[in-house]
Amino acid sequence: MSDATIPGEPMIAVSALRKSFGQNVVLHDVSLDVPQGGVTALIGPSGSGKSTLLRCINLLERPDGGSLRVDRTVLDFDRVGRKSALPARALAEIRAEAGMVFQSFNLFPHMSVIENVASGPIYVRRIPRATAMERARALLDRVGLAHRADASPAMLSGGQKQRVAIARALAMDPRIMLFDEATSALDPALVGEVLSIMRTLADDGMTMIVVTHEMAFARDVADEVVFMADGYVVERGAARQVIEAPNEARTKEFLRHFHLGASA
Amino acid sequence: MHYHWDFAQIWHYAPLFRTGIEYTLGFTLVSMLCGMALGLVLALARRTGFRPLTLPLGLFAEIFRCTPALVQLVWFYYALPVLLGISLSPATAALMALSIYGGVFYAEIFLSGLANIEPGQWDAGRALGMTPAVLMLRIILPQALRRMRGPLVSQGVLQLKNTSLVSVVTVPDLVYQGQLVASATYRPLEVYSTIAVIYFCLLFPLTQAARLLDRGVA
Repeated sequence: MSDATIPGEPMIAVSALRKSFGQNVVLHDVSLDVPQGGVTALIGPSGSGKSTLLRCINLLERPDGGSLRVDRTVLDFDRVGRKSALPARALAEIRAEAGMVFQSFNLFPHMSVIENVASGPIYVRRIPRATAMERARALLDRVGLAHRADASPAMLSGGQKQRVAIARALAMDPRIMLFDEATSALDPALVGEVLSIMRTLADDGMTMIVVTHEMAFARDVADEVVFMADGYVVERGAARQVIEAPNEARTKEFLRHFHLGASA
Repeated sequence: MHYHWDFAQIWHYAPLFRTGIEYTLGFTLVSMLCGMALGLVLALARRTGFRPLTLPLGLFAEIFRCTPALVQLVWFYYALPVLLGISLSPATAALMALSIYGGVFYAEIFLSGLANIEPGQWDAGRALGMTPAVLMLRIILPQALRRMRGPLVSQGVLQLKNTSLVSVVTVPDLVYQGQLVASATYRPLEVYSTIAVIYFCLLFPLTQAARLLDRGVA
């Protein structure tokens, strides 16, 4: 991993981010910093706004207000105004720097596994096809799926699909990775293979935000855990402290539903 | 009553039928291409949800969906030139009418095809940084077209059969040529039987190929 482009500054800085869907306020002035190489786990009940926050960070959802910085690219949503278009260049930069992995994989079903992985470099970065395919093969090897390169995504298990999706996101050489409940749609037996790849990425120094219900993973792999409810950050702190000895009543109540085993 | 069928005379007019087939196929091809292009534009415009755009386009589409193609064809040939103070050749008027008539139906097919693509596909493409055009061209349309294949073939079949209407504005398609042959030979039963067989021979392989394609590749 290369050094942060702005020394001493966090890699991701979310400040007073607001988002509503109609009358429903999903994010109330949420702020969040993730340092270079840091791993932050976002936990909380469904509807707490954690997925929306993640989708706001790579602008799949457009925040209504607040500001966002990913690496060197800054967007101030109070200044842009709600009606006018986001600056295309900042949008493209943030999307290119943020790799995203979805709960439902969202592989492209009309492409082979390796074409999925190479799709970003070919269609976004305009890298020659042969070069992109070569790199895609190396990435597939990294997630242990080089032997399925020419298969159709439909032929893969859920765990394999998610590993391909991770390789596809990594193919863009992102500075940060966003995981939106990456293991929630998987059979319990397949969760481990995905978590172990995520852990390897974290160990390699990737800056990550992970929305997850895997509390053992959050405790063991994340540096910081942020507990959200009803669009507010209720509690945040060192991962082990928040998971094992939360301060807030709502965090305690939420964590009572989980049995903590060993993580992957 | 006993009718004595006599196809022998019809054969003498084979070159006329050939011209007819060429016109029928040519009109089908051009009006399909123009219709699909128009349909795609209509569908994409309506997907923007921008009301100053979607309302007039919706009205435009409904007018063409809810009036007969034959009426539109005659109207484009006779009424439009009067309205605009221009003159349209029969072929141009016919092509315009058939293309727009087809286009509004293609638009419906495209709209439902696009609506059937999972939202996650858009998310994944945008998250990779694809521009809207690249996303549409590389991710959405290839999947949507595969699902639209059935309805598109049906519409193409209708499109080819609809070209028979251009005979009313004297475009020498298969039907128009048939009318010429019929009045020359006084053998309308043989002529129209021949024409029916020709249409069938043109379209049957197409529908069968589409069926095979659906079974094989999808």
